[in-house]
Amino acid sequence: MLVDRWRTALAVRGRGIPDRGRPVLVLVLLGILLAMVTALFMTYDLKGSLDFALELRGRKVGGMLLVGFAVAYAAVLLHTITNNRILTPSLMGFDALFVLIQTGAAFLFGTLAFLAIDVRLRFGIEVGIMLAFAAILYRLLFGGENRDLFLLVLAGIITGTVFSSLTALIMRVLDPNEFLTLQDLLFANFSTVNRDLLLVSAAAVVVIIVATRPLLGQLDAVAIGREHAINLGVNHRAVVRQCLVAIAVLVSVSTALVGPVAFLGLLVSNMAYQLTGTFRHRYTPAAAGMIAAIALIGGQFILQEVFASVVRLSVIISFIGGIYFILLLLREAGR
Amino acid sequence: MIELSGVTKRYGPNTVVNSVSLTIPGGGVTALVGPNGAGKSSLLSMIGRLLPMDEGEIRVDGLDVSRIAGDVLAKKLSILRQENQVAVRLTVKELVEFGRFPHSRGRLTAEDGRHVEEAIDFLELAEFAGRPIDRLSGGQRQRAFIAMVLCQDTDYVLLDEPLNNLDMRHASQTMGLIRRLATELNKTIVIVLHDINFASYHADRVVAMKDGAIVADGTPREIITGPSMAEIFDLEVPVHSYADRPVAAYFAIGSRHLHGQD
Repeated sequence: MLVDRWRTALAVRGRGIPDRGRPVLVLVLLGILLAMVTALFMTYDLKGSLDFALELRGRKVGGMLLVGFAVAYAAVLLHTITNNRILTPSLMGFDALFVLIQTGAAFLFGTLAFLAIDVRLRFGIEVGIMLAFAAILYRLLFGGENRDLFLLVLAGIITGTVFSSLTALIMRVLDPNEFLTLQDLLFANFSTVNRDLLLVSAAAVVVIIVATRPLLGQLDAVAIGREHAINLGVNHRAVVRQCLVAIAVLVSVSTALVGPVAFLGLLVSNMAYQLTGTFRHRYTPAAAGMIAAIALIGGQFILQEVFASVVRLSVIISFIGGIYFILLLLREAGR
Repeated sequence: MIELSGVTKRYGPNTVVNSVSLTIPGGGVTALVGPNGAGKSSLLSMIGRLLPMDEGEIRVDGLDVSRIAGDVLAKKLSILRQENQVAVRLTVKELVEFGRFPHSRGRLTAEDGRHVEEAIDFLELAEFAGRPIDRLSGGQRQRAFIAMVLCQDTDYVLLDEPLNNLDMRHASQTMGLIRRLATELNKTIVIVLHDINFASYHADRVVAMKDGAIVADGTPREIITGPSMAEIFDLEVPVHSYADRPVAAYFAIGSRHLHGQD
């Protein structure tokens, strides 16, 4: 009875657009789920100093929320501007570059000197290099006459491989002590999130999410294709440029905080499209972000409590994400 | 008024549109005709700022299309290209609603809803309104895209071979609708047409292109003649008259009936 009335109300407001209530419902449910998972993670089996435990757990949760939203937003934005739902920023070599920057800096200046730099400055420089990479990708995407998506993807994969190989090479010639420090730096898991870095990252993510808000409506038009978007009055070049900047910053944030979480973005964005049943950006980035945060916080909780932290969360994400990616490819091929 | 001066487009060494200057006054249907590869679609795309030009200038009501803000132009001019793929899954109604984007930025008002419904009814799409466009036939999809452009409600409408994929009934109905947009709503239509006979009956003006340049420009009666058809299309076409308009019997060329009578 109440549900019926609610449905009618939604139908009237949505003027018959199919299922307009569904994305809202999904967002609400995801919000509730996220709140529950967070509360569980924060309060389960609290021992010892309450202040200390809550601060430690709060930092972890903060890190995971940030990474979740950063990765999800980056994936959705990349999908929209390339009109392709099976790309991830990591497939384009974004996070491989970030790892290379850190490794290269450790090699050139030593990890001690590298760590001595103020975290904000270090992060600023890293983001700067990432933005330069995004600018090059942008030229590839829209510079020439033939805006070829496949060229872009291929270039991304190849540069990603080059970055990873370079990283591996540098690691091999690195001093073993330096290497250990670097490894800690690169695969800093969620348990050891640096406080200053967390604050810088939070600021960056909030700025990006607020700054991209006015774009969301235009992204709906971009999603239906470049020429339609231009016809509908969207400044396509400008929107794509801003999205690539946002992606570069968001990937920097998530990689700096917890290292490469390769398939998480692909996984959560596609789950968000499926659950909400829409491509509209009023819903999808938020839904994807919440799914990512739920997966991270819930996953970390299960790892800690069930598996006693023997496995890394990023390993499990890559494993599940890889399987999901293959399923996606098979389904796309079948269409 | 659409004014083109010295518009040029090159792809590497090939010049596909070569210094075209043309003025299309407001109102009426202007048909762009010519053989494949003449540069008609490129020219249309440049007017609709989908394709950047290498040289020249295009003005719509005095506004330079390469400088004016996209959302301003989108309320004045709409363009529908020939190949229309949509990257996401949309229903017919959702697609048509996108036509209101320049006016409402995605938040539909009651007036937008009225435009959407009118456009859907106009193109006889009511029964498909809730269907995803990737599950429509070619002709139905084509009509859905025309409905979207119609919904955009602009003074200038650029259409690149909108009759492609349409059967006889829908082709003639769509062309009739396009004619009515010009006559009743005083819109300015620029349309690339493959079938010269549609141009003959529905266009006020025919502009013929060949090798990137304009080779003929005039009323259908002036342009659709045996000699000018031969010049434009490199083909001897018998031109007849039906209902006071020229009809190019190109479809009969090579048939034994045409030659058998000699």
